[in-house]
Amino acid sequence: MTARAPLLHLDQRTVRKARKLAERAAAPVVELARTHTTTSVERAVLRLAGLTGADAEGIPWVNRLVDAVAADVGLEHGVALPVFDALASGEHADLATLAQKAAAGGAQFRLPAGVGHQRARRLAQRAVGAGIGRIDRARKDRDVMLRRLGDPPKPWIYLIVATGDIYEDIPQAQAAARAGADIIAVIRSTGQSLLDYVPEGATREGFAGTYATQENFRLMRAALDEVSRELGRYVRLTNDASGLCMPEIATLAGLERLDMMLNDCMYGIIFRDINPRRTFIDQRFSRQIHARAGIVINTGEDNYLTTADAVDAAHTVVVSQLLNERFGLEAGLQDWQLGLGHAFEINPALPEQFRLELAQAQLVRELFPHAPLKYMPPTKHMTGNVFFGYLLDAFFNLAGVLTNQEIILVGMMTEGIVTPFLSDRDLALENVRYVRDACAGLAEDFVPARGGFIAQRAAQVLAESVELLERIADEGLFTAIADGTFGITKRPADGGRGLDGVVVRADGYYNPAGALLEQAGPVGRPA
Amino acid sequence: MTEDAPRHVRPYGDTTGDGMIQLSFTLPVAPGPHAEAAAAAFAAKMGLDPAMVVHAKGVGERFTFFVVYGRSPVILDLDEVKVVEREFPLLTAKEINLKIRSRLKRRMVVVGATVGTDAHTVGLDAILNVKGFAGEKGLESYRELRVVNLGAQVDARDLVERAVSERADALLVSQVVTQRDAHLQHVREVADALTTGWPARQRRPKLLVGGPRFDPASAAALGADRVFAKGTTPREVASYLVHELPAGGPARRSR
Ligand code: B12
Repeated sequence: MTARAPLLHLDQRTVRKARKLAERAAAPVVELARTHTTTSVERAVLRLAGLTGADAEGIPWVNRLVDAVAADVGLEHGVALPVFDALASGEHADLATLAQKAAAGGAQFRLPAGVGHQRARRLAQRAVGAGIGRIDRARKDRDVMLRRLGDPPKPWIYLIVATGDIYEDIPQAQAAARAGADIIAVIRSTGQSLLDYVPEGATREGFAGTYATQENFRLMRAALDEVSRELGRYVRLTNDASGLCMPEIATLAGLERLDMMLNDCMYGIIFRDINPRRTFIDQRFSRQIHARAGIVINTGEDNYLTTADAVDAAHTVVVSQLLNERFGLEAGLQDWQLGLGHAFEINPALPEQFRLELAQAQLVRELFPHAPLKYMPPTKHMTGNVFFGYLLDAFFNLAGVLTNQEIILVGMMTEGIVTPFLSDRDLALENVRYVRDACAGLAEDFVPARGGFIAQRAAQVLAESVELLERIADEGLFTAIADGTFGITKRPADGGRGLDGVVVRADGYYNPAGALLEQAGPVGRPA
Repeated sequence: MTEDAPRHVRPYGDTTGDGMIQLSFTLPVAPGPHAEAAAAAFAAKMGLDPAMVVHAKGVGERFTFFVVYGRSPVILDLDEVKVVEREFPLLTAKEINLKIRSRLKRRMVVVGATVGTDAHTVGLDAILNVKGFAGEKGLESYRELRVVNLGAQVDARDLVERAVSERADALLVSQVVTQRDAHLQHVREVADALTTGWPARQRRPKLLVGGPRFDPASAAALGADRVFAKGTTPREVASYLVHELPAGGPARRSR
């Protein structure tokens, strides 16, 4: 989207200062991610090397193999060298056989030195390079489809489909696409983010969401390809990368040509109690993969406003967006891949609520002129009054159109009650279409008065953001998270789940994927 | 109810006794005259007479969404309507603290959690945190209550284990996600864990369950002592807790 001329007359020095501070606040966390690895990062390496499948209990072979290596030699040198050293011995036919034997205690691992080291490194590089090659091909396939079928105009309409059963999801997703959805999000079953492995196969038993598995990704992408061809426009697919398996899910998304991924720097910490260190380390690797795959990430700042007040905590959203931007760019993502999140969550009972929402939405628009912003509908103040909810969603749609938001998540009138009925989605799309068409071009007439209510509110939120960033840059992001700065939820750096999977990298640490990805892949704007 | 309020009522559209209602639903029938007739037949079978299909719209090729207005023949006898009335008096914070002190002679311990895979904490926190809900302070603000808030995604057995070690007087369990009856399943897990994991000689704690989609009358079926629904306030919960204290009962517990 070409950025429109700024309307709020924000003080550009303050904006630059905010970015500098975000960079300073992020630096120690990036350093942590560069010097540590996790079990899930190492499992992602094996997935890239082509290891798939699971044992009879449903535990993936990548988990079994990483556990076996960890038991023998630890993970501080990475899983690649010991694994490919064992393969090079010629005693095991392939990775899958090695994993099976290792799980049964029939394989020994060591850290190769000298010639053995060189040989293992070469083998690992070749195997993982092939996986990255598959991601590159998936990206090319997307580019070709986009060229052939055409990319829908912005704003893109984003719709959630997740019945728990992939075979129910597919026809619903296709119906939604036919009714106008540009992006289908399959959100995950409750509890998946806490699983320290990625389930296998097609699944039919999720709670309030469908399990993210490689096979479910593949099935849904194929179904959307089919409907894309029928409609003559490319329908995007998105899922969640957050959770204990962020790097692996990011890898699977790249391999199966997902187009976007929910990938937030703090969501898992705050809303799933995943260990902060684990999250930041996993996040960097997963974003490197997304960067390579040409995937647009979606961040989750909107969620803070479900536990904190949308007026009082407006600046925490902006601060988190600046941090997400910083972490994203550092990992190799480009501006067009940063779907920063925000939301229409101010209490509708508040006088001038709509003006406050416009101020926030326009502020975010101007702070991130090149990012495909993802705008989330009201959730917290949606009640059982579906009629009022439908009205509120229309105002949300209007705010989105007026402030040029690029990814509009479709609000459901049943948000306060149940996961939506089929008809709720259809009604919601009717709402979006009406507002989008009736107000086409209206953004041009939205010119907030200079120094008026909207401009002042935006300037105030920006000033509060700088103040908070100063504190975070001084005290450290981990301290801020432990203090409950985001979503008024306190998460100490050593608390939460998954810290036991964090490992300090030793001097000779080797990760063929990391090495390839740091060299920056064939990134660029899609055709 | 006022003196002249009628005992027998019907829904009110725009005239007393007209019985008019509106509803919407989707049938897995392709859009078209057949679908509309099907919707009218469905509404007729629900008893609506007349049943007017005022809106029909295809959702994809296999489904049709309808809005129906119609007249319901149901006449309701309000005397037959049962509600779960609050079976305990609503007390002030002062009265609550006083009752605990005089009857228990120590602080009452409550352990709260959202169990299972549910990650929602706002409802539980509304009851427990000092900040509270609807202008009322939460249980943490009561001097005579000791609150242990375990947060969300807590395994039922872990909750009971912790409750044992804290010598809890009450377990407060929150459940928000209801898809595929996840909430019922998770509460039953807690009830089972209490049965198997609670020391036989110790008085069993009260099991309070809360969340927006619970049926207040379902406590017994869930193995809980009481269910708190949408809009519950902390004071209601605290009042219930002291109401359930055995009058002048044992101050100390065995063990
Ligand atoms: C906030 C919110 C979130 C936040 C939660 C943040 C947090 N830390 O809690 C976030 C963004 C993380 C979230 C995530 C999800 N959410 Co949510 N969320 C909501 C939302 C918007 C508001 C809920 C809320 O806070 N209500 C306010 C509180 C105060 O109300 P309450 O919970 O009813 O509590 C009151 C009473 O019920 C009672 N009470 C509650 N608990 C207890 C306990 C005791 C002991 C007592 C006495 C009383 C009591 O007292 C409280 C005060 O009166 C609702 C939609 C809505 N408008 O309701 C969806 C909603 C609850 N979420 C939903 C879903 C599906 C999810 C996800 C599963 C989506 C997904 N697949 O990823 C994930 C959760 C994953 C997981 N593992 O659970 C669905 C549930 C549908 C259903 N009926 O099954 C809803 C209804 C939205 C929808 N229509 O789809 N969500």
